[in-house]
Amino acid sequence: MDNAIVATHDTHVEEHHVELPQLRHHFETEEQQREAGTFGMWLFLLTEIMFFGGLFFAYLLYRNWYNPAFVAASNQLSIPLGTVNTAVLISSGFFMALGVWAAEVRKKSLLVLFLILTNIAGLAFLGVKAVEYKEKWDKHHIPGAHFDITEFVNPPLNPKTGKPVEEPLSPDMAQKTQLFFVLYFAMTGMHALHMVIGIVLLFWLTYRANRGEFTEGYVAPIENFGLYWHFVDIVWIFLFPLLYLINRHPGT
Amino acid sequence: MSAATIVNLPDQKTAVIPKKNYINAEDGILSWLFTADHKRIAILYLISITFFFLVGGTFAGLIRLELLTPQPDLVASDTYNKLFTMHGIVMIFLFLVPSIPATLGNFLIPIMIGTRDLAFPKINLLSWYLYMFGAIFLSAAIVLGGVDTGWTFTTPLSTHYLNTHVVTAGLGVFIVGFSSIFTGLNFIVTIHRMRAPGMTWFRLPLFVWSNYAASVLMVLGTPVLAITLVLVVLERTIGIGVFDPTKGGDPLLFQHLFWFYSHPAVYIMILPGFGVISEVMSTFSRKRVFGYSAVAFSSVAIALFGFFVWAHHMFIMGVSNYSALVFSLLTMLVAVPSAIKVFNWSFTMQKGSITFETPMLYALAFIGLFTIGGLTGVFLGSLGMDIHLTETYFIVAHFHYVMVGGMLMAFLAGLHFWWPKLTGRMYPESISQLSAVTSFIGFNLTFMPQFMLGYLGMPRRYHSYPPEFQVLNVLSTAGATVLGFGFLMPVLYLLWSLKYGKIAGNNPWQATGLEWQIQSPPLTENFIEMPVMDHEAYDYEWLAHKTEQEVTTVG
Amino acid sequence: MSSQYHDPANVTNPEHSEHHIIGPGTYILVYVSLLILTGLTVAAAFVDLGILNPVLAVGIACVKGTVVILFFMHVFYQSKLIKLTVTAGFFTFLVLITMTLSDYMSRAWGLW
Ligand SMILES: [Cu+2]
Repeated sequence: MDNAIVATHDTHVEEHHVELPQLRHHFETEEQQREAGTFGMWLFLLTEIMFFGGLFFAYLLYRNWYNPAFVAASNQLSIPLGTVNTAVLISSGFFMALGVWAAEVRKKSLLVLFLILTNIAGLAFLGVKAVEYKEKWDKHHIPGAHFDITEFVNPPLNPKTGKPVEEPLSPDMAQKTQLFFVLYFAMTGMHALHMVIGIVLLFWLTYRANRGEFTEGYVAPIENFGLYWHFVDIVWIFLFPLLYLINRHPGT
Repeated sequence: MSAATIVNLPDQKTAVIPKKNYINAEDGILSWLFTADHKRIAILYLISITFFFLVGGTFAGLIRLELLTPQPDLVASDTYNKLFTMHGIVMIFLFLVPSIPATLGNFLIPIMIGTRDLAFPKINLLSWYLYMFGAIFLSAAIVLGGVDTGWTFTTPLSTHYLNTHVVTAGLGVFIVGFSSIFTGLNFIVTIHRMRAPGMTWFRLPLFVWSNYAASVLMVLGTPVLAITLVLVVLERTIGIGVFDPTKGGDPLLFQHLFWFYSHPAVYIMILPGFGVISEVMSTFSRKRVFGYSAVAFSSVAIALFGFFVWAHHMFIMGVSNYSALVFSLLTMLVAVPSAIKVFNWSFTMQKGSITFETPMLYALAFIGLFTIGGLTGVFLGSLGMDIHLTETYFIVAHFHYVMVGGMLMAFLAGLHFWWPKLTGRMYPESISQLSAVTSFIGFNLTFMPQFMLGYLGMPRRYHSYPPEFQVLNVLSTAGATVLGFGFLMPVLYLLWSLKYGKIAGNNPWQATGLEWQIQSPPLTENFIEMPVMDHEAYDYEWLAHKTEQEVTTVG
Repeated sequence: MSSQYHDPANVTNPEHSEHHIIGPGTYILVYVSLLILTGLTVAAAFVDLGILNPVLAVGIACVKGTVVILFFMHVFYQSKLIKLTVTAGFFTFLVLITMTLSDYMSRAWGLW
């Protein structure tokens, strides 16, 4: 074996503390492994940015093309539910951040508590989302064969003023509301799918955290999951104003 | 070839393959299927992509056979559509994109930078499984009756007008895309985080640089393709209308999103090939690559510019005149770093002691063919020429010059160059030189006539043509036959060499990379002790000095 | 030779940063400001600002996103490499948007 290039090096860097069992053989230090993990997770999130990026561009384009339809369709969404859900999701992210802190300072019961709180908030978000989807189903606002545009062509009258609550759309433009709902379901659906994946992972992480796996100095899975969870939050932070808050001041 | 050679093999009477190496470290098929060793995963990839290369090649052969005569006589017209579609999909997504990164890159990058494995070995294995899983979808689409959208899945053709297995194929490409994302992600982290002591960025072999640039494109580009295919599948299954003009959607949006990935994808395919050529040129000229940092940065520049030019695929599709102009100008920009590379490789040979072993023959073929492919790309990037030439055989010839003449030649150069490292045995030299020359001749005979056909106006993707085009088509089909032999020969003699090839020893080419300083085939953990890089890349004096020292110690 | 110094964690490297633990105090501050910004964005939607409505909505979302990235996701304390990576992601996203949009806008000049 030809070893001329292979010089021995000091190993004192690694020797002054006990190695964690989770240190894999091809990494030389835990520090190296941890930073590699974080970097890898961020690169994965880049792909997520670009993945959602395609949808965001489609939204940008069609909102500009069919602005009246997007306004009318967006006003069908419930601002209270959307706002509450935003707050719920931000809280979930907040608990997750505290969970990372708890793991870093090695407090097992706190970590488990925060993971459970994160999960509860995440599930609550999905529950509200389900209620909203159900309402769209009942109103025939799911794109497809049963999509109903009557509400946009002949908006219901406001009982007080006797005028339509919304500017009526031409049948042609009213058809375009379907495109809004397509994007609404594609974007929130893709977001919800990420949430579901996250919640499954959370159950597994909570189980492992409860066995004390992440409070002995090995926190990478919690940190990296945190990155994923916060990224999903950020997507929603953009989705909320873009989908729910288009032109909410009719008549002014 | 003359006697001049740099090959330096150990005495064949006494030489043996090292007792312990990654191939025999564990036994049984399961030890391969569940391996986390980057070298074994590379071999898994090599076997799979070779298989799909042969599948795609068979489709190509059938296409050329059909085009032998002006009449549609061998296959029905819709079968012909399926043939060229599946040729494109298989060759691009199952062969070209993973070809060099997933095989040679996977095998070599950790060794070249002096570490034991990629940063995430399990994700590396996962990416092979994703590749195979996607390949199963694509194979199912083929076996169940094929797709005929063209490899570009153009809407609304793919969403509204075809009765073939678009959804299956789309899902297959979607899954394969994630395999390439994970490969790229793994490379980037590894190259940033796992370099040996002393292995600074500007001591990295250029192969690592170019794979790094390709990885960036994989990570940033592929997800856009993924979401686009999801939308196509949804459009086709439940009619969401995002790309459907009758519902207010815009088919051009599909083109924008598709080419946002698929133009950079061209660089995902070719950049790793550039890396191979840099290594081979330097080794067989016995000189450091001319202008190392220019070559390194040109890889990065190509990756960066690659994101700004995609609409040159859409000049005749109705993009605005202004943006066509802008994209045309930006396209010209990409020619600059590509030209830097070609010039620097040529200068590397100047006053070098050049020898003509097989990898060098393939590399020289690469430079000639890639230059033709690249220059015709400039023709196609200029607005007026593009409107005349696009959707003709000119464009077919152009991208085959880049992808086959460039990329495939680079792949074969690299495969021959590192074959001794992969297997511990040499390929047979004279027959492989014959195959290199055969493929070069066959290639030009196949695709040079297609440039003329395209210039004369023969459109692509038709299975019949006016009789006056027959002479050139016959030439092209004859060339394809020669080319087929040229590509089949390596498959056979490389398999033969696994058992009967000469023992290669550590460093048959006397090359300088870290991979050549360890045993062939390498140990599972690559290095017995972690290496320290104390010299520049391509430092042949360092190598000579080191060899001298060894001789004195042994003697 | 300094380049031979063994540095497995890239400690001397701009790609490296010390592991910084962010405490609950910062998190609470960030949490509260996110909630306030959410309220602000809802309130702003009911005021007619013309073209500035979507601009303001996206602007607030950007601020919220940045705060999450910097503190919840620790990027503020991360190495230059991570900061560059995050920037690269948004840069590529902007390339996708602006270059594509430039085509759509110049195709219907004056209608946008
Ligand atoms: Cu292109």
